[in-house]
Amino acid sequence: MSDIQNFDIVIIGGGPAGGLAGLALAAQGFSCAVVDAMDPAEMRAAPFDGRTSAISYASARVFKRLGLWDAMAPEAEAIRDILVTDGRAKSRFSDGTVSRFFLHFDSRELGEDQPLGWIIENRVIRDALFDAIAAEDGVTLFAPARRAATKFNPGEAVVDLADGRRLCAKLVIAADGRHSALRAEAGIKTNEWRYNQTGIVATVAHERPHEGFAQEFFLPSGPFAILPMTNNRSSLVWTERTAAAPAYMALNDKAFRIEIENRFGPYLGPVTPAGPRWSYPLAFTLAQTYVAPRLALIGDAAHAVHPIAGQGYNLGIKDIAALTDVLAEGRDVGLDIGALTVLQNYQRWRRFDSASLALGTDLLNRLFSNDFGPLRFARDIGMGAVGRVKPLRAFFMRQAGADLGALPSLMAREG
Amino acid sequence: MAQSELTSADPAARSPSGRTTIDPDEVRKFSAIADEWWDPFGKFKPLHKFNPIRLAYIRDGACAHFGRDRRATAPLEGLSLLDIGCGGGLVAEPMRRLGAAVTAIDASERNIKTAMAHAEPLGLDIDYRATTVENLVEENAGPFDIVLNLEVVEHVADVDVFLETSANLIKPGGMTVMATINRTLKALALAKIGAEYVLRWLPAGTHDPRKFVKPEEAKSALTRAGLSVTAEAGVSYNPLMDIWRISDDTDVNYMLTALKG
Repeated sequence: MSDIQNFDIVIIGGGPAGGLAGLALAAQGFSCAVVDAMDPAEMRAAPFDGRTSAISYASARVFKRLGLWDAMAPEAEAIRDILVTDGRAKSRFSDGTVSRFFLHFDSRELGEDQPLGWIIENRVIRDALFDAIAAEDGVTLFAPARRAATKFNPGEAVVDLADGRRLCAKLVIAADGRHSALRAEAGIKTNEWRYNQTGIVATVAHERPHEGFAQEFFLPSGPFAILPMTNNRSSLVWTERTAAAPAYMALNDKAFRIEIENRFGPYLGPVTPAGPRWSYPLAFTLAQTYVAPRLALIGDAAHAVHPIAGQGYNLGIKDIAALTDVLAEGRDVGLDIGALTVLQNYQRWRRFDSASLALGTDLLNRLFSNDFGPLRFARDIGMGAVGRVKPLRAFFMRQAGADLGALPSLMAREG
Repeated sequence: MAQSELTSADPAARSPSGRTTIDPDEVRKFSAIADEWWDPFGKFKPLHKFNPIRLAYIRDGACAHFGRDRRATAPLEGLSLLDIGCGGGLVAEPMRRLGAAVTAIDASERNIKTAMAHAEPLGLDIDYRATTVENLVEENAGPFDIVLNLEVVEHVADVDVFLETSANLIKPGGMTVMATINRTLKALALAKIGAEYVLRWLPAGTHDPRKFVKPEEAKSALTRAGLSVTAEAGVSYNPLMDIWRISDDTDVNYMLTALKG
């Protein structure tokens, strides 16, 4: 009756964070189980997750080194330039004027022949991960499989599945998202900031090419981002006051298109909604600790940031790369990978990094989601300064590319 | 629905063999002490900080000497190892995981029970004994491929006698690694006053600076014991980065590798 399987690591959550963690750790020789309550076929189906992710070039190195990039590259659109503009939507009260201050980040200024990042549909990432997991002996997928109970014993962690199977491991990784159940069960508290904002996400097709430009308009209701996708499409991340969001969500395609064009301006020509819209309340959640005996949190389970800077998945990827280094180094000198003696190195490496980015992103949002005159003036001056000073621009580009600070080996620059 | 326990005493998950010779009351008492030994933020924080460095040093030295691939899953498989002054098992456990057959001794019964209480739920079979090197020699224990003397000589009464006795426990062709604190003003300032009184890393009185040993003294004692010293390394602390690393600076903490012909 008892069906017990032993692994080095059990990962709870088979999404972009959990799947990538399994593959990165398996590449280091760890045997991993990935557990998800949902059926992979369902997670791979188009209606499940229509969002896109921004992949920084440091994150792309992780996919390249794990052999995942070739499957993703044909459906990844390179961001060559980023334009940041302080603006107002065109409406009865405004002619939609765009401030003359704007920032232009040009990838060519970094002197390396690579884009600032890529925009990839989450379903493409999910497909690449699930295909790679199927081909990787070091990762066993348990999905759909509901987790019944998890125990963190002195010698090992025990994950009991609802179907009676028992998984034993030295370490459990929580990759079960912003509302991580495992995190709550382990008694790890979070600090949460809720915004009175909702992110509306949609894909649009347009007539004119985007030329690899990502645009971010800072509108009083929140940032409005237009991210270049393949096949003359763009992904919109439209932040709106929560009270107003349902009305926009309920608009018919034609009315929705007009609202988009009021914010876009005419530069992409006529736009057509392509696919459904999603809306997500914006919140920022930070776990008070990333580790406990035999438990490590990664991705949104550790920190769910505002999507304004496109760093959500990149932070998770850096968690995975850092945790992989820490665990491999610990194992290689014979240490217990589930013990705090090892896990605290991950905590030390990652928590400050993600906490500071989270706070920075929060500040950015508060600064820009505002129509207060003097504040507008101040930020326009600031943007103008960054826009004129090349080293400052390079710094912001490297920061956005997650290419600063101590990089884990999966993310390190060549050579 | 789902539930977790951070500290659980699920007996089924305790010991893979299901057998134990340990009295549960004793286990509880010593588990508490073991938790102290193994708390990376607790009393032994500095030891945990530099443990990975010395573990890597021992692993690499042993792999080089015995012709092992250090990237193998258990590179020390098939080698016998004696850890003298094992304390809570901070070195013995990793060495067992790296594949060595480990015997670990400590003069303190309390340390041995603590180490056993910690290793037992992890399923690590380590031969822990509350004894001394003198007793091991008398019992004709060993000899061992690898003998570790880490942070011990600064606590023994007679370094020469101790090292000679320890050398008897090394197999011909085997190796020993010794780690200790130099007797310099810098060591006195950093390892004694700094660690014990300023940073409060170690309980005051942990070290008697008169017992610190200079590398030349240690080397000649090892040579007199019939060993040839093959490597010497410093272990330095960078307070700004809060990291330890191997260096050429043997002024404070240092390690020696010696072989038995």
